[in-house]
Amino acid sequence: MHLPYYIGLLENSEKQLAEAFEYVANHHHDEPDIEQMCQKLSAWSREHHGKVQRFVEKYSEEKSNEPSKLKRDLFAEKRHSSLTLLRDLHDLWLLTQEVQLCWVVIQQAALGLRDEDLKACYTFCSARTKRQVEWLLSRIKQAAPQTLLVAE
Amino acid sequence: MNQTRDSIQDIWGPRFGYEGQWPVRVDERVEEDPDHWVQSACVLCSNGCGMDIGVKEGRIVGVRGRAVDSVNHGRLGPKGLNGWVANNSPDRLTKPLIRRNGQLEEATWDEAMDLIVRKSKELLEKHTSSSIGFYTSGQLFLEEYYALGIVGKAGLGTPHMDGNTRLCTATAAAALKESFGSDGQPGSYSDLDTTEAILHVGHNIASQQTVLWMRVLDRLAGPNPPKLVVIDPRATYTAEKATVHLAPRVGTNVPVMNGLLRLIIEAGNINQEYIDAHTVGFEELKQLVAKWTPERVEQLTGVPAAKLREAAHILGTCNTLVSTALQGVYQSMQATAAAVQVNNLHLLRGLIGHDGSGIYQMNGQPTAQNTRECGADGDLPGFRNWGNEQHIQELADLWNVHPDQIPHWAPPTHAMQIWRYCEQGSIKMLWISATNPLVSMPDLDRARKILAKEDLFVVVQDAFPTETTALADVVLPAAIWGEKTGCFTNVGRTVHISHKAVDPPGEARSDFDIFVEYSRRMDFRDKDGNPLLTSTWQTTEDAFNAWRECTRGRPCDYTGLSYAKLTGDSGIQWPCNEQYPDGKKHLYADGVFSTNIDYCEDYGHDLETGTPRSKDDYKLIDPKGKAFLKGIDYEPPHEEPDAQYPLWLTTGRVVFHFHTRTKTGRSRELHKAAPDGYVQLSTEDAARFGIVEGDMVEVESRRGKVQEPARIGDIEPGLIFVPFHYGYWDQDDRPRAVNELTLTEWDPVSKQPHFKYAAVRIRKVNA
Repeated sequence: MHLPYYIGLLENSEKQLAEAFEYVANHHHDEPDIEQMCQKLSAWSREHHGKVQRFVEKYSEEKSNEPSKLKRDLFAEKRHSSLTLLRDLHDLWLLTQEVQLCWVVIQQAALGLRDEDLKACYTFCSARTKRQVEWLLSRIKQAAPQTLLVAE
Repeated sequence: MNQTRDSIQDIWGPRFGYEGQWPVRVDERVEEDPDHWVQSACVLCSNGCGMDIGVKEGRIVGVRGRAVDSVNHGRLGPKGLNGWVANNSPDRLTKPLIRRNGQLEEATWDEAMDLIVRKSKELLEKHTSSSIGFYTSGQLFLEEYYALGIVGKAGLGTPHMDGNTRLCTATAAAALKESFGSDGQPGSYSDLDTTEAILHVGHNIASQQTVLWMRVLDRLAGPNPPKLVVIDPRATYTAEKATVHLAPRVGTNVPVMNGLLRLIIEAGNINQEYIDAHTVGFEELKQLVAKWTPERVEQLTGVPAAKLREAAHILGTCNTLVSTALQGVYQSMQATAAAVQVNNLHLLRGLIGHDGSGIYQMNGQPTAQNTRECGADGDLPGFRNWGNEQHIQELADLWNVHPDQIPHWAPPTHAMQIWRYCEQGSIKMLWISATNPLVSMPDLDRARKILAKEDLFVVVQDAFPTETTALADVVLPAAIWGEKTGCFTNVGRTVHISHKAVDPPGEARSDFDIFVEYSRRMDFRDKDGNPLLTSTWQTTEDAFNAWRECTRGRPCDYTGLSYAKLTGDSGIQWPCNEQYPDGKKHLYADGVFSTNIDYCEDYGHDLETGTPRSKDDYKLIDPKGKAFLKGIDYEPPHEEPDAQYPLWLTTGRVVFHFHTRTKTGRSRELHKAAPDGYVQLSTEDAARFGIVEGDMVEVESRRGKVQEPARIGDIEPGLIFVPFHYGYWDQDDRPRAVNELTLTEWDPVSKQPHFKYAAVRIRKVNA
């Protein structure tokens, strides 16, 4: 049974995502919408991370630490240019994809297991992950032309 | 000086208690007897009172209300009766100015326009049209906005167009779009003549729309007065007349509204038949508001549970209801979410689309409605949807340009983002028309630094020298109301024509002429090589006729209107077309809203994150003409009082001034009536900080500080108030513009900045 592995993967991913949103919020004080929304979305991921804990305990075994390096790799380079915001949002989006896919995989297992609690947790959390993705995408679309064409 | 009434001493004038029909009372104020009168309407608030301009020997000498006009039945308020003298002010801008060696010097029109055009072409060449931004106003005429919209969107092709309407009415538009699919106020002012109840949320109507308030006062003085519910943290003139006044803590509109809706649903005072037939989202809304018990609301907002129940009883049992909302909602936390709760109240009760019931998501400025309609701000002309390819194609066909010339890859850039791009240097030219951001923007120190940047080329088009023109690279002297012909639309969809009464001073030109001249000099052309505007437009009437075509089949249908039809009688409401030749009193009378997927102005947003919904997602909901019931839960403001900054600051208006006083400050009477800013604080806070009436008080936030004389009383402890009108053009001996203190942040949906709260500390200044 590899469900614990994936729950570990998910737990780590939500944690990474919460930290990454926090990181981006703290690095863009001059962009009030970014700062405030990233703080809010970080709080969402922290809450998800908390909700997953009981399933970590329930299915605790060979837990994965795999994506713990993901954030470090994504936000690796020091960014100073006007590309920074777009690249930071880009990396956040990549992290949300990891979370989203983990949820899809776990949901399939939850259905097979008939684990109603896990299903409810999935329903609540993955809907908000989707909203995180959509916000990032809309903000990236807004920033892209100005960043690529005009900013220096 | 002859006047029918002293509107400074008695703001609203004598009462005519009435029922059913609002009597005529013609208010007039003239310096000399006019030779003749010229038809116009007032431009000193969003009410749009019909007004005649008195002219003698080529000079404006006074004004009178138009008895025939449906908006005001002859009445005028203090700003309208006294503000016109600004046209004759000796310090009007009369010649273009160009900055040379750091100084603004007089120049010819040819030199000024040539400089702007050279700069524009150079930027287009090097940095694309996205290096140019426009920041306009709620003060121009619709022909001017439409010209500006075409110049920016089809000529240059820049997504960066917005106006100061972002600071005042963006949430009105956003809330109407979220609930009903399109901008446009559902009701008519005449609903006030018969309604059983009125709700004002964050709207000090007595000071903002004095003439509309006269209509309410006359109802209150009549035999069958409506019940009045007022939600405002201050004891305003409006609140004084309330049957029930709820004074919530700053930033808590959403819990109060959620609590009211809960009580109304719980009491069964809803129209389930209407909800089922004409709305989507009821179950979610019901669940959302369910936890907001009166006790919980009281704990969070400070509104006593008993008072909330009293208000809910009035709002839940009246047979007709008119609701209004303004800046107390729009400039505060969760602006759009709170504003749609007002719409929800009417939808839940089925009180929309018939006599006596209406909603006013109010505007502040006289022509803000047109900024939104004509595409001079973050909306597309004719309430078209930027996410709908067909709508973009319609505009491309109207203007005979390729659809990709019109930026529609993302929502048009909102004002605060435009300023941010200027700050970062990616917008390199900002063209400001008819507004004074260096008093009206939040966080003024930041705004000043942006306009002062060496690498930002700033064009300012105005009638008066202002704090903003002082930092311009080019200043263009503009003709204003009374000096040009054009139309504008009030908050109630009523379109007025304003005829030219006198010539502009010196070399001042209308904003219309300036935008058309820019288009000609830039040599903007359509797909067939014809000049974009000038091939068909000679006069503003040509522009109006082009605008009519742009509105055909859209909610704001002007096709039945013309200069001839608007001249001589009352203003007329849109939609005005073959089906409704005299305009339409109520939108949505049949319960069919503008939410059809091919018709709607917007696909809606995630109210919490502000993410626009895509067309594909909208398809899944496809409301097919039903209205949306939406809501979200409470979220606390981002800055709250703490040990360092222990008080709430809120900002707002005084009755005698408009905006940054560029006009009203030049009227001796209005200036004398309200000569300076002040800080209003409670008796308790005054005692706590050792302050007495008239003491000079320093108010400091994390952004800056101001000094204001103290006024004590009529406000809740813990909250202070400073009016937003006062800046530095006529008095610069102390920091006094309240926006030195306010926050740079905005509502996620409407992008309207939050002027209504900030954490501050105060201390008495030693004399």
